[in-house]
Amino acid sequence: MDLAAILSILDATIRLSTPLLLACLAGMYSERAGLFDIGLEGKMLAAAFAAGAVAAISGSAWLGLLAGMVVSLGTSLLQGVAAISLKGNQLIAGVAINMLAAGMTTFLGQTWFHQGGRTPPLGEGGRFETITLPFADELAGVPILGPIYADLISGHYILVYIAFIMVAVTWFVLFRTRFGLRLRAVGENPKAVDTAGISVVKLRYQAVIITGLLCGLAGAYFSIAQGSGFGNNMTAGKGYIALAALIFAKWKPVPAMFTCLLFGFLDALQIRLQSAQLFGIEVPVQAIQALPYVLTVVLLAGFIGKAVGPKAGGVPYTKER
Amino acid sequence: MSARRPLPRWADVALLPAINLALAFLVSGLVVLLVGENPFHAIQVIIYGAFGYGDGFGYTLYYATNFVFTGLAVAVAAHAGLFNIGGDGQAYVAGLGAVVVALALDQTHWLLAMPAAVIAAAAVGGFWAFIPGWLQAKRGSHVVITTIMFNFIAAALMVYMVNRVLKPASTMAPESATIDVAGRVPQLRQFFSFFGYSPVNLSIVIAILALVGVYILVWHTKFGYAMRVLGANPTASRYAGISNSRMIMITMTISGALAGMVAINEVMGVQNRLVLDYVAGAGFVGIAVALMGRNHPIGIALAALLFGALYQGGQELQFVIPGITREMIVVIQALVILFTGAMEGLFRPSLERAFMLLSPEQKADAVAVSTAKSES
Repeated sequence: MDLAAILSILDATIRLSTPLLLACLAGMYSERAGLFDIGLEGKMLAAAFAAGAVAAISGSAWLGLLAGMVVSLGTSLLQGVAAISLKGNQLIAGVAINMLAAGMTTFLGQTWFHQGGRTPPLGEGGRFETITLPFADELAGVPILGPIYADLISGHYILVYIAFIMVAVTWFVLFRTRFGLRLRAVGENPKAVDTAGISVVKLRYQAVIITGLLCGLAGAYFSIAQGSGFGNNMTAGKGYIALAALIFAKWKPVPAMFTCLLFGFLDALQIRLQSAQLFGIEVPVQAIQALPYVLTVVLLAGFIGKAVGPKAGGVPYTKER
Repeated sequence: MSARRPLPRWADVALLPAINLALAFLVSGLVVLLVGENPFHAIQVIIYGAFGYGDGFGYTLYYATNFVFTGLAVAVAAHAGLFNIGGDGQAYVAGLGAVVVALALDQTHWLLAMPAAVIAAAAVGGFWAFIPGWLQAKRGSHVVITTIMFNFIAAALMVYMVNRVLKPASTMAPESATIDVAGRVPQLRQFFSFFGYSPVNLSIVIAILALVGVYILVWHTKFGYAMRVLGANPTASRYAGISNSRMIMITMTISGALAGMVAINEVMGVQNRLVLDYVAGAGFVGIAVALMGRNHPIGIALAALLFGALYQGGQELQFVIPGITREMIVVIQALVILFTGAMEGLFRPSLERAFMLLSPEQKADAVAVSTAKSES
């Protein structure tokens, strides 16, 4: 493979790992606060639809993004009410959210736009444009580093850059702020946080709000950046891969970035190759597709390292009995 | 804190689910109204489509057969305190067992092929659930996450198996060879012309046997008792000398085997070959069915019938009222899961309070509690 081919596959890696990364970071906030979130997929799907629909009608990508974030936030709050206030089963709430999003987006899409569940293709301005970073064109001629800067780092959608900036932001928020400390504490030992006079419920709702907003970004990326308009079941299980990445990264922001890049790379690889040769044995493309899930299962089982989630995860907090 | 009295049994098993179901339908009705259609007309269409004529009723039963299996799968696991979200994957890979046996025995007789395929499908489906069970029991990985991952691994595996292993060289479509008549499960329409062209088949008998079997297993065997102890209190069960890890593994295997029965209905009863994605989310419907049916076989049978009716009626709906697509059914299903599963806390406390005030012997307690509350 020459440099251009390698760059093109790495470029695809970045594009494919962006929604994973945004969703993974989104899940990090609620899971760190002690809320299992298997509803990332549903929130992304709802956001993708809202963003696609509003961008198509208004012709503005920014309004689309806003709509995506608002809808994802609303979905997240619904899940939050069930899981936090009503002390319902968080896993079942997640399943319900995923199913609700799958049903509602197709149903409303068909009813409103009559295009088999798709939203109308986006025109000028309805879709985010890629951003060319300063000096990208001038530096393209520089050997090796030039193409890397011009093709790989420059020329992505704004959401891609936001996703990678959010890694640093999330790290800072979780590990360098008082809010982050409390958020992590609430996921490990909510009783202690409560005893310190801090509201467990409020903290968990704050986490759910951040999760909703980030899922909104992730969802919008599908329909108004990567794609032009919403299509049926557009997120195609990416929310579950993000969840796998979250576990694989042991609920930490920087490892999350690398895991999402790895899973994105596997995705890019399987799109490019129909099958690969590895040590003379033919590796079917389905094996590459299944690899993120297999890796997560293996890691979770503690065969290579051990992923242990926040201790209070999945348990609704009851003040007293 | 008020002393919370549990609801009377009938309210717990019937009234509360009914209220939650009504709420799910109410919200769905509002959605239908939102898109400018008449929800009452929609309900009429669904009921007629599901029960109004032989073909429709046959389809309802055919869908219900699948949902009984996946509902029981979720319920059996739930009794042991496990949430098996992987019914879809288990039902999917079980198709391998079913189709291999059916193709091998399709020159004999269905009386031989069907039981053999049942065992094979149960074994493969059970195996697919045993691994997450084993990982939970021995390695402490959360069974929910593992079963989700196994759904996706199953999807990849099946695409490979169908395309590379089972597909005859002569066919283009991604499907296995066709099972000969002797390897197929007989259709009910062969015995009752009432069912018209609907695909309801003898798998429904397996479904009924499974319902009875699960009832006996959970409530009338030592194993079922141990299962329920584990579900209610893992620490207590350990002190009672029950091996929790063994129970988890066996329960998950049974759960997966039940989900695997979907393969009999679909592969041998309807498609007559192994096709891709034939499970079509039945595993997830099972979650709604188990929640709705309170993990009890009678409840599951009724809930499976309800969802079978919704699926069949939903098909009809999209022909009669073009404004409503059948995804409306997925919305209703999601709302049922949301209200009966995740938002149960919405009505339970107020219902408990209402019962405390209504029943005479409890009224004194309620008053005492409320005075105590106002004093504190």
